[in-house]
Amino acid sequence: MNVRKTTGYYIVDPEPRQKRASDALTAEAEKRERPIRAMLALAAFISVAAIVLITIMVFREAWPAIKSQGLLNMITGSSWKPTAAKPRFGLLPMIAGSSAVTLLALAIGVPIGLASAVFSAELAPKWAQSAMKRSAGVLAGIPSVVYGFFGLMVVVPAVRLLGGTGMSVLSASLVLSVMILPTIIGVSEAAIRAVPDDYRQASLALGATKWQTIKNVIVPAAKSGIVAAVVLGVGRAIGETMAVILVAGNIPVMPSGLLSAVRTLTVNIALEMGYVRPGTLHYSALFTAAAVLFAFIMAVNLMVRAITRKAR
Amino acid sequence: MRDSRKMQEKIAFGVITAMALMTVSALILIIGYVAWKGLPALNWKFIAGTPGDPLETGILPMALNTLYLVLLTLALALPLGILAAIYLKEYSKEGPFVKLVRVATENLAGVPSIVFGLFGLVFFGKLLGLGWSLANGALTASIVVLPTIMRTTEEALASVPRSFREGSLALGATRWQTIKGVVMLPALPGIMAGTMLSIGRVVGETAALMFTLGSSDRAISSVMDSGRTLSMHLYILAHEGLSVEGAFATALVLIALVLVLNLASEALASRAMNKGGR
Repeated sequence: MNVRKTTGYYIVDPEPRQKRASDALTAEAEKRERPIRAMLALAAFISVAAIVLITIMVFREAWPAIKSQGLLNMITGSSWKPTAAKPRFGLLPMIAGSSAVTLLALAIGVPIGLASAVFSAELAPKWAQSAMKRSAGVLAGIPSVVYGFFGLMVVVPAVRLLGGTGMSVLSASLVLSVMILPTIIGVSEAAIRAVPDDYRQASLALGATKWQTIKNVIVPAAKSGIVAAVVLGVGRAIGETMAVILVAGNIPVMPSGLLSAVRTLTVNIALEMGYVRPGTLHYSALFTAAAVLFAFIMAVNLMVRAITRKAR
Repeated sequence: MRDSRKMQEKIAFGVITAMALMTVSALILIIGYVAWKGLPALNWKFIAGTPGDPLETGILPMALNTLYLVLLTLALALPLGILAAIYLKEYSKEGPFVKLVRVATENLAGVPSIVFGLFGLVFFGKLLGLGWSLANGALTASIVVLPTIMRTTEEALASVPRSFREGSLALGATRWQTIKGVVMLPALPGIMAGTMLSIGRVVGETAALMFTLGSSDRAISSVMDSGRTLSMHLYILAHEGLSVEGAFATALVLIALVLVLNLASEALASRAMNKGGR
């Protein structure tokens, strides 16, 4: 029995635990579990191995082009002519293309998605809520090629009425905005539902209308979740290939307006990878495009983590 | 004063409802239009035939290829993902290794499909010498769906009440025996829902398969053989403009597949919720 005296009171330390017969059995069970535990840990490690290998591979294949052209030159170069006599590997047109298409898709998709989330969480009767959930679920599952094909058959001819060939920034953004809707709706709705009911009750008790409550209390309270939703939407839109490749025109020049044809980083890789020879500078330049894309998406992921961690 | 606030509210709610309607109408528009244009082309010759004349593109080989790809991908990804999730949920403490795995999985989930495709091309295709093949495509696709399987399995395991585990351990079972015998069963519907999601992802995947599975229009006959899936077929038809009818019909088949998977997943998810409540 061990009694310590500290300022003001005594502490009695508990007896060290007596050895029991079951201790040997527990130790043996743990030992028998060791190979199982190791195998499971190995399975878990595969994720880590995969992302590490992908990162290494992308930057390794991109290195020759980066070394020869200089990363800054490639990112700011506005001329992409890989097969010319004096090849140029400027990625700026594609970076601008990806940015333009994504930003416009956000401008269209975020308001509609956020409104749909608010509708589902705050305004809709039960049947409408489940209808919205199902719609978002099905939209999320439709393959990107189908979106691209629909865009080609419906959106492009419609945009053609405004001028040009129809294959444009506008068409790609319209298609992408529908694709990111489920992402935006899903995460925003969760964030809105997570706002404690007390907030609503307090606001209504103070005499605010339901709309005022939503606008001034609930949405600001769900702000970090909504921002996370938008950032996730960005990640989705930037990484999209098949939906864009069929509707954007794919000319590697700086986009000059809503109706001009544009090529994104993803489409650039997909189109040209089919006919490059490995080991050439062109091949490596495509991997540089992939590296830029990859780096951007990793940054986006970090942002989401930072935002959601702040919320907690 | 009160009237103007009421007015604002009415307008705001009107706009919000209209936007929500836009979401649903987008879905109805896409499905409806593809169905309208695709149904006429959907005859038995189309489904069961093989592509000969480019204007009479039968999709049986592509459907088979899609099936083979899904099966092989699941065979790779399910054991890996489930075991990994079991480790994360049941065997480990929230230490640095677990954090590393979680960060890696989140990042993996955000990688664009085309980058997966490049990885498959270089790593499985060149380094491991698999070239364009079912093996390459399935390996690549399994990395694509691994985060989804890990996440949904972990959630399914988490929804199993603690009392199940405690009761089993109290009866003297080892941790592995507990997982195998007691925890996995109620987690199964959730795991299956995740599997449906992954199947949907594999079926819809194109960019990751372009340079790994290849695009030959014949049915795959061995693991090292290459051949296109339904999604890839739709892309080729649309891109080269060979057969608009064929494209619409293929798109319709794909949408129908997605709907079926969605319904199955929903049914399983609701079963999971009912079971996990005890």
